[in-house]
Parts: sequence; structure tokens; C-alpha cells
Amino acid sequence: MPITQTPEVAWRAIAPALALAGGGVIALLVIAARPKIHRAALAALSLAAIGAASWSTFDLCALRYRVVMQGSVAVDGVSLFANLILLVTAAMTVLLSYHYLERRRIHRAEYYPLLLFATCGMVLLAAANDLILVFLAIEVLSLALYVLAGMARRDAGSQEAALKYLLLGAFSTAIFLYGIALSFGATGTTNLGRTAVKVASGGVDARLTSAAMALLAIGFGFKVSVVPFHMWTPDVYQGAPTSVTGFMAAGTKAAGFAALLRVFLVSFGALQWSWRPVLWGLAAATMVVGSILAIAQSDVKRMLAYSSIAHAGFVLVGVVAGGREGLSASLFYLLAYAVMVLGAFGAVIVSAPDGRERLSFGEWAGLGQRHPVFAGAMTLFLLSLAGIPPTAGFMGKFFVFSAAVQAGETPLVVVGVLASVVAAFFYLRLIVLMWLTEPAGEAQELGASPAPALALALAAAATLAFGVYPQAIMDLARAASVFTG
Amino acid sequence: MSLAWVLTLGALLFSLGIYGVLARRNAVLVLMGIELMLNAVNVNLIAFDAWIRQGNATGQIFALFIITVAAAEVGVGLAIVLLVFRRRETINVDEVNLLKW
Repeated sequence: MPITQTPEVAWRAIAPALALAGGGVIALLVIAARPKIHRAALAALSLAAIGAASWSTFDLCALRYRVVMQGSVAVDGVSLFANLILLVTAAMTVLLSYHYLERRRIHRAEYYPLLLFATCGMVLLAAANDLILVFLAIEVLSLALYVLAGMARRDAGSQEAALKYLLLGAFSTAIFLYGIALSFGATGTTNLGRTAVKVASGGVDARLTSAAMALLAIGFGFKVSVVPFHMWTPDVYQGAPTSVTGFMAAGTKAAGFAALLRVFLVSFGALQWSWRPVLWGLAAATMVVGSILAIAQSDVKRMLAYSSIAHAGFVLVGVVAGGREGLSASLFYLLAYAVMVLGAFGAVIVSAPDGRERLSFGEWAGLGQRHPVFAGAMTLFLLSLAGIPPTAGFMGKFFVFSAAVQAGETPLVVVGVLASVVAAFFYLRLIVLMWLTEPAGEAQELGASPAPALALALAAAATLAFGVYPQAIMDLARAASVFTG
Repeated sequence: MSLAWVLTLGALLFSLGIYGVLARRNAVLVLMGIELMLNAVNVNLIAFDAWIRQGNATGQIFALFIITVAAAEVGVGLAIVLLVFRRRETINVDEVNLLKW
């Protein structure tokens, strides 16, 4: 193959990422030309870019699944389903952000382009079929998120979150890259499909591939916050502005897991016997440690951070189960988790006026009497996070656990169920505080305004709908559980 | 020169970088440790590329990507370090510890 051959660009296949990146660039140019532009215009522009990306994603659904751009971008069920999760997450984040940033007086114009670039990185990560693109996509989303985490520039907690996220994120990326280098050395290619062929043919150095898989697992483990690589999660989630935290929790997990699934199931599928036990152990440790550490928390954001660690463990159960069942269960779980965690962080955002939030548990006491609708929504999200029917979280857990049982991983399911029992404790503690204690002190207003209220209502409706009637989404996830290698 | 020597160099550089990240308390030196790790990866990629001898030079191109992205990362990193320093007048990562349980 002559090197001078011009690569063919599949514009239609990368249109979702292009729409987001294009929206981000346009927003930056607008900001450069008119620094005083009203933030609502930027929010509307972001929503338009997200809408364009959604439209082109739907447009792609009609096409046959295939890999494009010299095999580096995969258009398949998993990437399309991940796009759905990511674009919903981004749109809800824009709705939740606007008034929150305004009230906290950190409404900097760069917020919107950074959000779009991060989403673009996530969309690319979910579709990446080449380790080079996996790396680039991780960096695009991470660099944007480092800055977003530090958006409240004068707030010491936000600064600290940005610093910790940056140092640990860059550290994990370096480890991840070392894994890529070893995988490249073992197989002579960075393309996931060709790696799979090489690995399956058996002509690769087993030591190199084992080391590569271990390092790649560590890199992904950091990004999706799996124990023992979770140390940064509570600090970053607590310190970052809450709208960014919700976006990180829902989006990074969905994109990271889509890439993890693709790398391990497609490239190293033939070596299942060597990575499955490791992921088994990580899943068990993540569920147990995440749930137990969450009990000790007295800060709502920190509690939700530990809960997000535990949820990464539940998704990993689906990965360990493998096969089409495990894959579709993981995808369903990621969507359900995105909806409920955005709802929960959204509820924290609107919980108090004047840019304040109810962060300590005590401030939630008696909210049920004073703001029953709001407390009801938060209760729904917490029940869903705890995995109690009829909510999305329950169906998600049900699907991953049944996939794992079918795959013969019953002991892991036992660990998972025990961990969810422990986890139910701290979610219920907050619910009891809201409904069964007397409100103390002056009545506090909520900080609700139309856009976040709409986002919360949508999240609540989805949480309930996925729980009561999961079949439609599950059918979609099952249809989407196809990789093109 | 055999591949093993170059890979050993890469592994040593990578280990040095990890040591720098874990042992240094100054945020700038931690960033430098990360740079060392990234350059170890570059050494590995180029060594493997030369060893495999494919026409399309994937490893070398990847190394170029890593160099570019590392520059962007350090840019963002130093900006954040500067922000922290302005407020606290320290960039010792042990003293940046408000968020703890």
C-alpha cells in the first residue's frame, strides 16, 4: 500500500462527533468575537449542536454496521447506543447547568464549548476501533473535564478537584499508553479488529499480551473508577461544580465502559480465560468497597461519588458475564445509571437557593414536608440507585445479575446482591431523613427554575418508565449488542 | 542493537517516571514524572515499530500523537497548578487536602 494514498473520509459516520466539535469551535469563535454574549445564546447553541449530533446518530442507525476511516471508527450497535446515552447526558447537563452556574457566579462562557468537546471525546471513545483513537478520545474528554472540574476558579475545593483529577488522570493515561505500546509490540497493529485476528491466531507473545491487558485494564479502571483505582473519584466529584460532577459520572462511565467492552470483548476476546478472573475480582472489590465506604459519608456529593464507584462494579458484572446477554445488560445499566445519577445530582443542584446546595445530610431533614414534590423526585432517584423496584436501577441490576447467572458466575452475583443490601442502607438513610424527621430551623426555599425542573422531570419520568416498562429499552440494547470488529 | 535493550531502557524510564509521580510532592515534578512515563512509551513504540518494519509506520505516528497530546496536557496542567499556587501559595500535593472524609 503506497503511503501517499489519500484516506477515505466517511463524513456521515463521524457526523455526530463533527457536529459536537463543530458546535464547540463555533461557540469559541462567538465568544472570541463577543465576550459579553448572553450565556443563554451559548446554551442554545450547545443544545443545537447536541440536537444535530442526535439527528446524525439516528441517520446512522439506518446504515449497515461497519468500520470506516481505515478501520479506526466503528459504526455499530454499541457505539450508537452509547451515543444515545452520551447525548442525553449532555443535553440534560446543559439544562441543569444554566441557572446553577448563574447562581454560583461561575457562569464562564468557556463552559459550553468545553462541555461540547468533552462530549465529542466521549462519542469518539465509544466508537473508537483503533487504540490510537481510543487514546486521543480519552485525552479529548479528559482535558476538557480537567478544566471543567476547576470551573469554579476561586473555590478551593474546585481547584483541588481539578489538580487531583489532572495528576491522577494523566498518570493513568500514561499507564494506559504503556499497555497500548505493549499490545502494539505483541500484535504489530493498533487496530482492534486486526489485533483480534492476531490474538486468535495464537502467534503472539503471551507475556506481552498479558502485560498489555493488565495495563489497559488499569487505565480503563481509573477512567470508570473501579476499585482499587478509585481514589480520585470522591475528591473530584465533591470538589467539582455539581453540574460537571453529574456529567462526569454519567458520561465518562458510559463512554469508558463502551471502550472497555470493545477492547476486551473484540480485541482480546480470544484470551477471555486470562482477563475474566481479573475483572471478576475487580467487580467484586468495586461493589463491596464502594458500598461500604459510602456508609461513612456525611456529604451528599461524596456519598453519590462512592455510590458511582459501586455502580461501576455492577456494570463490570455485566462485562464479566460477557456474551450478548452481558453486553446488552451492561448497556441497559449504563443508560439507567446515567438517567438516575443525573437526576440525583440535579436534585442536589436545585436543593437550595442563591447558589448554595444542601450538601450535608442534616440539611435534607424534613424536606418531605416542606417540598414534597422535590423530595419525592429525589426519593425516586435514591430508590433507583439503591435498586428497589419499580425503578430503572432495579431493572438494570436484574438484567446484569441474570446475565451473570446464565454465564455461570453465581458467586459474583451473591457478592453483588450483598453489596446492594449494604448500599440500600445509606440511600434509605437520606430518604428517612427527608420524610420521617421534623424540619429544623427556618424554612428554606428551593433553587428551582424552569430548565432544571424540566431536566429533573425528564429524569424522573425515565427512571420510572425504564423500571415499569423496561422491555422497549432492553430490546433496543439487545439489538445494539453487536460489535463490528 | 537488539530490541530487548531498547525495551529495557523504556521500562527503566517508565519506572523512573512512576517513582517521580509517587515520591515527589511538588506538583510540577509530578507532572515531569508523567512526562517521563509518556516518553518511555514513545521509546517503546518506536522500538517496536522499527522491529516490526511495516510500511505504514504506525508506531512512529503514534509517538507523534503522544508528543502533541502531552504538550496539551502539560499546558492545562501548569495552568491548574498556577491557579492552585495563586490561592494557596504552595504546590505541595500533600498540602492540597481540603477534600477528605
